[in-house]
Amino acid sequence: MVPLSAYVAVSAILFVTGLVGVLIRRNFIIVLMAVEVILNAANINLVAFSHYLESMTGQIVALFVIAIAAGEAAVGLAIIIVVFRGKLSTNVDEMNLLKW
Amino acid sequence: MVPFFFAYFSLVSILAGVLTVALRNPVHCGLALLTLLLHVAGLFVLLNAEFLFAVQIIVYAGAILVLYLFVLMLLNLKTDERYLHTRYAVILFASVAVCGELLVLLLRSPFGGAKGDAPAAVVLQEGASYALGIKMFSDYLLPFEIVGVFLTGAIIGAIVLAKTPTAADAEQE
Repeated sequence: MVPLSAYVAVSAILFVTGLVGVLIRRNFIIVLMAVEVILNAANINLVAFSHYLESMTGQIVALFVIAIAAGEAAVGLAIIIVVFRGKLSTNVDEMNLLKW
Repeated sequence: MVPFFFAYFSLVSILAGVLTVALRNPVHCGLALLTLLLHVAGLFVLLNAEFLFAVQIIVYAGAILVLYLFVLMLLNLKTDERYLHTRYAVILFASVAVCGELLVLLLRSPFGGAKGDAPAAVVLQEGASYALGIKMFSDYLLPFEIVGVFLTGAIIGAIVLAKTPTAADAEQE
């Protein structure tokens, strides 16, 4: 029997990996992919707790997370296309129009 | 058998997560992300969540990842010489420290809690999809409808954002 803390540990490692990706990559598309890694880490956590605490709620929230990830990917990639049309680049360092 | 599969799925998914973040070519990053998604789906099977396993493969690996690869194809990016942040070593060091601290805390905590209303035996007998559907369309009907509205808004927003500017739009500006 695998303990619950093992699943939570895997989820924590994946979360930090995704966080590092968001912080250090300069390509906006890879940053969005790192966000997907973070959302998957959260999903592992939700489903693991749902299994070990014998409640269906965690799985339902995980389903909602997948739906929100789909919406986030669609809008994020549309924004990338708009920015790319103007700048011919997806480098996050060059996106500073809204910077104060 | 379950510990073996857990070790395989978790090790490969962590490896694929690191590759997603670390590889230079964006298409290779997408393929590493695909590996990650499939192995996370394997972890869902170990947790008796077969409906989420199917949704993970169909929606994540099937739809979202294809969207990413499609945009990569559309933009036809050159691989940058410098693809990491200039101070990535500092961020990496801080993150590894935070991760170690998190693991020490998580592996020591007992994670007790009140049991819910879906024991594993009942879920296995009637199937996770059935149990999930009953719960979803009774207690979580309103959030479900809100997610539907949210997805409609996201689709319309994406189309409006990515629409090619027409001659009429240019005249207005």
